[in-house]
Amino acid sequence: MSKNSFKVLRPGINTTFQDLGRDNLYHVGLPFSGAIDKRNFLIANSLITNREDDAVLEFAYQGPLLEFSGSQTSIVITGNVNFKIIKKDASEIKGECYRTYNLNNKDCLDIISTEKSVYGYLTVKGGFQINKFCNSYSTTVRAEVGPNDGKKIEIGQTIILNDVDSAIEKSLEYLNSKIEFIRVIKGTNFDYFSEDSIKDFTSKDFIVSKLTDRMGMRLSGPKIKNLKKTNIKSEGLGKGVIQVPADGDPIVMLSDHGTIGGYPKIAVVISADYDKLAQCPPGEKIKFKIVNLKEAENLYKIYTMETKNIINKIR
Amino acid sequence: MIKNIYNLGDAALYCDFGDTVNKETNLRVINYFNDIREKNIIGIKNIAPSYNKLIIYFDLELTNYKKIKDIVQNLDISTFEAAKTKLVKIPVCFDDEFALDLERVEKKTGLTKKEIINQLVAQKYFCYMTGFIAGMPFLGDIKEKIRLDRLETPRVKVPKGSVGITEQFCNIYTFESPGGWNIIGNSPKKVFTKDPTKLTLIDPGDEVEFFEISKKEYSKFNEQK
Repeated sequence: MSKNSFKVLRPGINTTFQDLGRDNLYHVGLPFSGAIDKRNFLIANSLITNREDDAVLEFAYQGPLLEFSGSQTSIVITGNVNFKIIKKDASEIKGECYRTYNLNNKDCLDIISTEKSVYGYLTVKGGFQINKFCNSYSTTVRAEVGPNDGKKIEIGQTIILNDVDSAIEKSLEYLNSKIEFIRVIKGTNFDYFSEDSIKDFTSKDFIVSKLTDRMGMRLSGPKIKNLKKTNIKSEGLGKGVIQVPADGDPIVMLSDHGTIGGYPKIAVVISADYDKLAQCPPGEKIKFKIVNLKEAENLYKIYTMETKNIINKIR
Repeated sequence: MIKNIYNLGDAALYCDFGDTVNKETNLRVINYFNDIREKNIIGIKNIAPSYNKLIIYFDLELTNYKKIKDIVQNLDISTFEAAKTKLVKIPVCFDDEFALDLERVEKKTGLTKKEIINQLVAQKYFCYMTGFIAGMPFLGDIKEKIRLDRLETPRVKVPKGSVGITEQFCNIYTFESPGGWNIIGNSPKKVFTKDPTKLTLIDPGDEVEFFEISKKEYSKFNEQK
């Protein structure tokens, strides 16, 4: 009997396998990568009753169009996603996020687009039949590492699914919320910048520019003026670090960032707010607010508790 | 040893080893890096060594800044070991097809192509760090005669394998990437492999030597494909 599989009829803009990220390789130049929106990743695996760190397909903006072959499987989509299921008889079902759907032979899943957000997640019961690279299912396209030979999903390819014994039915009532501010901690070069620029940084709107992908997010808004020097000795970077190059437009490092950089670091996005920042699409306005380390640690505790509470509501 | 420790955000420790970039400072960074890795400290997820900094990333669900700082501050790394190093020989083709910025380097240094190549291949280099893109080695120090600034406008795409110079350093672009270094050649050698047991050909602390190959020899290597 042939295995359950998806045929990729349309790959989408940036569809990759991801998990919780790949540790311990910064020193060779490989970032964590992994699902950008950790909460929606965890919810997706919980809803489909996979392991917490199982692989998902992450898509950005336009997602894939997949044709299912095999006996039967269950899927879940999380995020703010517009999608539909086209049954074999051509009837269509409008998709809702955060609930399972069963697919039968020759049903198509059309992930049309994410809405007012960037990333969405597709999980399949039993998971995908893919290999780990250095203990992780995360893909880093720029370094060509991860499942699928480190590549984005491509048109015409077949994605093999692990066998499952039975379909499942699960759902969750959940709405992705926006927050008023993206909270940050002062960066290691905070004092390089003029007083007026610091005031602008913490009071004015910044707009997410089109120069945004899994590596980084470029912002536009008031120019941040550097009084000291616009280059530092190249040093390590991490996700959420906000660098300001000579042109004065901040860049936020996202999960696939270069591991070394030489621009001054004005601030770092707190761990609790990373998902929400990374989900802001180009054109969206954001405001920064400075908090201290203690506050950031408490906010992360609240974030993880909230995630657990959401997952506990799955029926 | 470590001059200052700060937090970088809420999930990383930023260790500053002082302002100067030299082999001695960098070997200290590498020593700390190796020691912390070997100790398998609970909660540490990633460590990024660079010229004179060490950034330690941790899992905020398992530990926190204060705990990791206490551990790192109390490490006994007074016995200073020279890193376990190896010598790596890298073939480079300087054909005009690859030497994208040769004209600029000739103009800025006042040297001929032959002289520039001779300066580059005349010595061994020290690998300060690897990163930015996977496996990219930051090597130094190049001869003063061939030191120059980055390009005024960085390239959007530097070809894979490109060998570049800037300031006191040279490097190899292990993957196609944006970049602002002056490109003077290209190496067919695979510097980043996909073999999880040996991902990088060149590691921090290693010595690297370049040798010139012809275009014919370049195509024989054929590794970049």
